[in-house]
Amino acid sequence: MPESPTPKKRPHHLGAWVLIAAVPAACALAFGYVGGWLAPQRLTPKRLVDQFEANAGVHPGYRRNHAKGVCVAGYFQSSGQAAPYSMAQVFAPGQRTPVVGRFAIPGSNPYAPDSSVPIRSMALRFTQTNGQQWRTGMNSMPVFPVATPQAFYEQLQAQQPDPATGKPDPKKVAAFFAAHPETAAFRAWAKTAKPSASFATESYWSLDAFVFTGPDGQRHAVRWRMVPQSADDDGAAPTDADYLATDLRQRLSHGPLRWKLVVTLANPGDPTDDATRAWPTDRPTVDAGTLVVESEQAQDSGPCRDINYDPTVLPNGIAPSDDPLLPARSAAYADSYLRRTSEEAHLPGTASMPAKAQPEARQ
Amino acid sequence: MKDTTGLFALPARVLHWLMAAMILAMLFIGVGMVASVSERHAWLLRIHKPLGIAILLLAVVRLAVRLHYPPPPLPADLPMPQKLAAHASHWLLYALMIAMPLVGWAMLSAGGYPVMLGDSLRLPAIFPANPIAFAVLRHLHTWLAMLLFLTVLAHMAAALYHGLIRRDGVLASMVGRRRGA
Repeated sequence: MPESPTPKKRPHHLGAWVLIAAVPAACALAFGYVGGWLAPQRLTPKRLVDQFEANAGVHPGYRRNHAKGVCVAGYFQSSGQAAPYSMAQVFAPGQRTPVVGRFAIPGSNPYAPDSSVPIRSMALRFTQTNGQQWRTGMNSMPVFPVATPQAFYEQLQAQQPDPATGKPDPKKVAAFFAAHPETAAFRAWAKTAKPSASFATESYWSLDAFVFTGPDGQRHAVRWRMVPQSADDDGAAPTDADYLATDLRQRLSHGPLRWKLVVTLANPGDPTDDATRAWPTDRPTVDAGTLVVESEQAQDSGPCRDINYDPTVLPNGIAPSDDPLLPARSAAYADSYLRRTSEEAHLPGTASMPAKAQPEARQ
Repeated sequence: MKDTTGLFALPARVLHWLMAAMILAMLFIGVGMVASVSERHAWLLRIHKPLGIAILLLAVVRLAVRLHYPPPPLPADLPMPQKLAAHASHWLLYALMIAMPLVGWAMLSAGGYPVMLGDSLRLPAIFPANPIAFAVLRHLHTWLAMLLFLTVLAHMAAALYHGLIRRDGVLASMVGRRRGA
């Protein structure tokens, strides 16, 4: 090192030190932006799930949506008729695939009375013999209210209970629907929909579109629905809050329950990226097989408890479409799953689990 | 094998720069995908898993290369605390390169997810399905990623410090220029 006085060197070193600080700092800023911490306006899975909690409170250990439900188990018996359209093993002729499922009602309150919403849901996990899985979450309505995650978030915000009344502000809800004409088809359905007395008599729609790939490599845009093979009961109108689980138990005590899996094939040009729009009713359908539900278990101890019914967990032969709701469902379900499993694990910073479920009926 | 050039061996240099790009990309993909509800979430997730396994395999190769070709010694006049920091951070980087993919793999196994690297390539579960283990491993995956990111930042700053302030050939030994050239 030359023994020159330091002042001469200082400007050069200053630049070097600035660079040494600036490179990692720039990386850290970019990391913060990509990770959402420095992008407060971006809709993230966390903000979406936080909104569910803002609307209905935190119920530790429970799913943040469709919190009230019951586990079921059974199998899917393939008819072989979907095999030309999808190479998924589950559709192979004569194939029987074990299923762990869950019936539920939408909403974040695990104690909500079954009559509080007209919608029921069915979630299924098919485990193929090759170890690949097909997970699906379906609702008992043919169209979804909104087409995008952003609109869904705005709908949740509009439905957040007013602290003064404990109920959503009707003005905000009306303003949301006025600003979102794509909700018209859902609202028309909701006008006549009544809470059903049974899970067994409902149809369940995939809502989102998916893409089948056949053994010939051909791709087919599809939607599917589960069509019930059980008849309506003409019994007395149910009165207790949990009549759906009671009905399911009674029906299963007499034998298994069945649904036909009906796959609808899109025509070119049918929307695959918009769950608010049903496809024309003349589209060809395929009877892919029969879902047989044999048993039910309570959701807090049954085999469905630890399953995240992420609709993008798919076997080879079924792929997500360009529907923007699908990645949002995947991301938000993962966040909800981490919250409830963290509560189950009693990790620090998580809401503590109730020692025993309190049957308080919170609206 | 005795080093005579003052450089890292060619395989070590190739692996270093290749993995530097992969790991930095992986860290951004990871935090980006869990903070997104858009299509980005889906395609980043599709890259994340096979890229993680590729990093795991390369890290094992790199560990073997490191043991086979000892790295050039640090400058003799480097103060002892800096030498210790250099060695400790390098072994921490190796440990994290190997631990991160394994924790991710174990976490998906514990969550009951099929570990799919593509449309049909599935890895076996390396941990029994268990929600409590899932939660612990999932959080561990995040915290180790943050530790890895901070270690990478410190590593970058240290490399620049050697190259710009000390000019002692440490940065050059990985860039590939001979000491003093």
